[in-house]
Amino acid sequence: MTPAIELEKLGRAYGERAALADVSLTVEAGRTLVVFGPNGAGKSTLLRILATLLRPTAGTVRVLGEELPRRAWAVRGRIGLLGHEPLLYRELSARENLRYHARLHQVPEARIEELLDAVGMARRAQDPVATLSRGMVQRVAVARAVLHDPELLLLDEPRANLDPAAAELVDPLLRGRTRVVTSHDPAGGLADADIALGLRGGRPALLAAAGEVKPEQIGALYR
Amino acid sequence: MRVAAAILRKELRLELRTFESIPGMALFSVTTFVVFHFGLNRATVAGDLAAGILVVTILFAGMLGLNRLYVADEEQGGFDGFLLAPVDRTWLFVAKAVALFGYLTVLEIVAVPAFAFLLLGPGIGQALPGLIVVLALVNAGFAIIAALVGALAVRTRARDLVGPLIALPLLVPVVIGAAEALEPLLLEGGAAVLPVRWLLVLGLYDLVFGLLAIAVFDPLLED
Repeated sequence: MTPAIELEKLGRAYGERAALADVSLTVEAGRTLVVFGPNGAGKSTLLRILATLLRPTAGTVRVLGEELPRRAWAVRGRIGLLGHEPLLYRELSARENLRYHARLHQVPEARIEELLDAVGMARRAQDPVATLSRGMVQRVAVARAVLHDPELLLLDEPRANLDPAAAELVDPLLRGRTRVVTSHDPAGGLADADIALGLRGGRPALLAAAGEVKPEQIGALYR
Repeated sequence: MRVAAAILRKELRLELRTFESIPGMALFSVTTFVVFHFGLNRATVAGDLAAGILVVTILFAGMLGLNRLYVADEEQGGFDGFLLAPVDRTWLFVAKAVALFGYLTVLEIVAVPAFAFLLLGPGIGQALPGLIVVLALVNAGFAIIAALVGALAVRTRARDLVGPLIALPLLVPVVIGAAEALEPLLLEGGAAVLPVRWLLVLGLYDLVFGLLAIAVFDPLLED
């Protein structure tokens, strides 16, 4: 079976500064890679490269069997991204935002209502996103990310702004597919992970099966 | 086409919610006519002067629209949301150009009567059919260039400056063609025949730039 993600000496530089360097790993389909690291460690850069939004400047990347960026068009639509930004228009309602994305991804309208229900936003679906709380916006963003039922989910701190009840609500939507998740929570992150990657200064400082990693090793990345 | 329709619907809905572009453009044009009225120290204008004032005012008012065209996409993650979709990126250009064409048309519905009332010596009635043809060609040229340049400018720090600085030189042929085509329509003694040669120049420029924009728009959106 083709691995979902294959990285070989992946790097991304902004001028002289290397945001990401020498990242090599393989993630099998259906597995979860959790990426730890302090701010500026390169986590978001890694997610944006995997999402085809950023070109690598070194190494090779294969996502869902396709080489990036050469075959990026072949994986767009098979990837869902939940980043720091919700990718929602503030003046449009939750439903209007999802409808817009559904049209881009050719998803049937019924899926929108199903997801609004699933994330507990059906009653506020008509309200402009600008009037929603951060947690509510995050719930709509989760709905947007999984709207087209992607094979690969790229999640940048998916539980940010969510209270425990809301986190419980969205969790089932985020499971059951290949995932790359960034986290600052060693215990919670490792509990979710099959593979743990620790980044520091854009370079891998830790790469191991999650079961073999202790939370203290993750904590050391931040010191 | 489905994708362009989805983007266009979203654009129009955002404009109707925020009124960020059209009212500002219309108000700017009327204010400019008032300034010309007093600045030229003339009760009325006709011929080449009238044509020049009308075209340049529409051009500058349109710059406000250019500067706003991609702001919501850049600030609210609309670019990333669109780039993640498995669609031809050229549809974004098409939808933005059509939206701006519409904004300019609404602007002219306000600006042309205001111009006729505040500045124009000869009556506008006889010139109206020709005026509509010329302004439609101006709008098309402006919308094509603005939709292309706007996507480039919005990702720069000084986007409000960069957009007009790139667009204005590219729009000089449109200004010349439009002013030459409008001059006989706005003569003191009544409208003369519409100069077909200048209509062809405008049409050809729109066509060439339209094709050029379609060719370069996709690479322009790469990081």
